Amino acid sequence: MSSYSIILYGFILIALISAIGILAVNNVFKAALFLLTCLLSLAAIYVLCLAEFVAVTQILVYAGGVVVVIIFGIMLTTKLTGKPLEVKNGNLFPGLLAALAFASMLVKYQSMMATSTAELSTMSENLVSKTGVELMTNYVLPFELAGLLLLMALIGAAVTTRSTPE
Amino acid sequence: MIEALPLHILSAFLFATGLAIVIIKRNAIVVLMGIELMLNASNVNLIVFNRMHPSTFDGQMFALFVIIVAVCETAVGLAIILRVYRFYKTSVPDHIQELKG
Repeated sequence: MSSYSIILYGFILIALISAIGILAVNNVFKAALFLLTCLLSLAAIYVLCLAEFVAVTQILVYAGGVVVVIIFGIMLTTKLTGKPLEVKNGNLFPGLLAALAFASMLVKYQSMMATSTAELSTMSENLVSKTGVELMTNYVLPFELAGLLLLMALIGAAVTTRSTPE
Repeated sequence: MIEALPLHILSAFLFATGLAIVIIKRNAIVVLMGIELMLNASNVNLIVFNRMHPSTFDGQMFALFVIIVAVCETAVGLAIILRVYRFYKTSVPDHIQELKG
């Protein structure tokens, strides 16, 4: 077993444990911190799969953006009523049943697939600059549309949360 | 050389955990976290599929656009949650039962 696969399995384990941690804890803030751990270990897995650009985007956008916005949301909602951050669980049995059924279905299907036993090549020609060139040539229309969508969503969010004069 | 199967299984379990969080937890922000987890599970699969065919960049591009759409969803979702919280003083989705503003 090479050191590469030891590191990979370590990050897979961290991601799984922190994902289950979100499910297990009853504190919203701790759940946000578990989400941060999970997203950062996924970024490490992307680096090990030679997708550096996606990994950097993951760290910048998720760890730097989404988790911070979620923590802002938690703080604002608790400030409004002063209640503690506890979360209650409901539908425990149906939820776990649906999750188990989904997981077993996905694992069974993916282990049946012929390609999933293929080994991943680890040659390092997948450079960041090639990703950037690809983004600006073959994928320029979805790139611009994504920018437009982001602008619309952020303006919509700002308009929705503004305090209206009564 | 690594095998792709452990990463597929990781993705399957992340998706199932996100689904369980969405169904079980009774707080709108934690439900939003579960949706983020499900989107990330799909991203893991896209990156691994891109690794199987290293000559193309389709998987990485799809993963990037999934991240962008996830950010839009989080921004709008949190805005709606804050607005609803200000009006109903609750963030339990089951307690919001009337539409009349």
